Amino acid sequence: MTAAARSLVVVSAGLGQPSATRLLADRLSAAVDRLLRDAGIEPRIEVVELRDHAHDLTNNLLAGFPSPALQAALDDVRAADGLIAVTPIFSASYSGLFKMFFDVVDRGGLADMPTLIAATGGTARHSLAIEHAIRPLFAYLNAAVVATGVYAATEDWGGAGLAADGSLVDRIERAARELATAMTVRGPRAPRDPFADATPFDEVVRSNAVSRATD
Amino acid sequence: MQFGVFTVGDVTADPTTGRTLSEAERIQVMVAVALKAEEIGLDVFATGEHHNPPFVPSSPTTMLGYIAAKTDRLMLSTATTLITTNDPVKIAEDYAMLQHLAGGRVDLMMGRGNMGPVYPWFGQDIRNGIPLAYENYALLHRLWREDVVDWQGRFRTPLTGFTSTPRPLDGVPPFVWHGSIRSPEIAEQAAYYGDGFFHNNIFWPKEHVQRMVELYRRRFEHYGHGAADQAIVGLGGHVFMRPNSQDAIREFRPYFDHAPVYGGSVSLEDYMAQTPMTIGSPQQVIDRTLSFREIVGDYQRQLFLADHAGLPLETVLEQMDILGEQVVPVLRREFAALRPANVPDGPPLHPAVLAADAARATVAPKPEPQPEPAAVAR
Repeated sequence: MTAAARSLVVVSAGLGQPSATRLLADRLSAAVDRLLRDAGIEPRIEVVELRDHAHDLTNNLLAGFPSPALQAALDDVRAADGLIAVTPIFSASYSGLFKMFFDVVDRGGLADMPTLIAATGGTARHSLAIEHAIRPLFAYLNAAVVATGVYAATEDWGGAGLAADGSLVDRIERAARELATAMTVRGPRAPRDPFADATPFDEVVRSNAVSRATD
Repeated sequence: MQFGVFTVGDVTADPTTGRTLSEAERIQVMVAVALKAEEIGLDVFATGEHHNPPFVPSSPTTMLGYIAAKTDRLMLSTATTLITTNDPVKIAEDYAMLQHLAGGRVDLMMGRGNMGPVYPWFGQDIRNGIPLAYENYALLHRLWREDVVDWQGRFRTPLTGFTSTPRPLDGVPPFVWHGSIRSPEIAEQAAYYGDGFFHNNIFWPKEHVQRMVELYRRRFEHYGHGAADQAIVGLGGHVFMRPNSQDAIREFRPYFDHAPVYGGSVSLEDYMAQTPMTIGSPQQVIDRTLSFREIVGDYQRQLFLADHAGLPLETVLEQMDILGEQVVPVLRREFAALRPANVPDGPPLHPAVLAADAARATVAPKPEPQPEPAAVAR
């Protein structure tokens, strides 16, 4: 990848086909794609549909390792320069499927990852789930979550002025701009390779962390 | 190259009969497996160490001492010894004592243990897993090599003027392997000391195994212990055999489907495709095991799971007979033919073991023309 290219991974936990969650994910990624291109950056976008990995996620939790297809999705996330994560809100929080995926992402895999969080739900009454459930999850994972989270209730897809202040289109544009800026400013991430970077043992010994002779 | 069996010592109901062994019966099964290993010419028996049900082997040196008294050539080992929650001073003493009683037929494999509560039960904190493995082993390493040790660290009371007794047999400490499935830090540690590295690959896709062993080999060379291909590598293996592979699959499937270790997750077929598990004919097991060297290079020790998942003892012993008669002799020959001359054919053996092997070779010629496979590999 050249310096002027970025990879963006879009994780969608929608269950229906088509799903409102995927619809929102696509609107967000299209906006980020356009803004990055405007900034002279070539985006490469991968979409991870979690419903395709639902059985593999359960198997990973039970067997302890991912299937080849799930591993490929996890590798995409780990190597990404930016992440859009979209979930339906179930029972006051992200869906179980959404959580299972981020439970098996490598520890540290999202550290400093420019991330846009978004959610869908039947009514606007659930919109704060983004702030009280999704944002703390990504804070724990050390992701660099942009300030604007996008919640789309069913009613947001129609009715009141599409481009009005505070409308869904407006919120998508604002959040996308924040993510595109974060991805531009941070530059390509260099994901940590645990097999390349194990702390050299002689350094551990020198730093006295192993044991000290008292003589 | 060494071939052997390793056991986790689980008490698991036989899903085909519903029968669960008592602890007393399960312990005797482990002993029977060890004695069978010697009988069929395998080189190694290794026992796990666990401190929670449904596992019985909490006291490996007690069991291995008993087996030592009933065997003559079998190497006695562990899979694994908990370097995190055991006192390294007690490990130094216990395994040196075992080494004396077994005539040097002892090596051991360090592991951290993956059962969270074991740490607090033994007064430790699982968040210190790697630092404990580093510090405790550093002390153990010194206790076996320095007669009088002054030492101070984070995790145990300091030592001044301490001598671990008995001293290792003839002053040669047991060979040590470091086992880890997913921590590059442990591969790095094994490389630093020039010790062996064992990857219990049986539950893992081969790409992962390959990267761990590659790291160990690269760092082994970096620390000046020899070329990367001379590092000492061990692998696990997991097989069930019948002459007709469909019979093997039919017979093993209920054990796979119900054993807690596989988690009732993917199908047996997917599991075989994604991990080294091989359920099939002896020839399939031979082919699969030989393919391991394409993943990790020429390696020195191959351990197979034998007794586990509730398999009845008769079946386990039958499986070991197939291993001893049809599989291991072929693997010895094939691996030996493929291995370059500069690559060690096994881990270092204690001088007392080499002397005993030499004495056996000259004093006691076999009454039958059939060569003893183990003697060849050593």
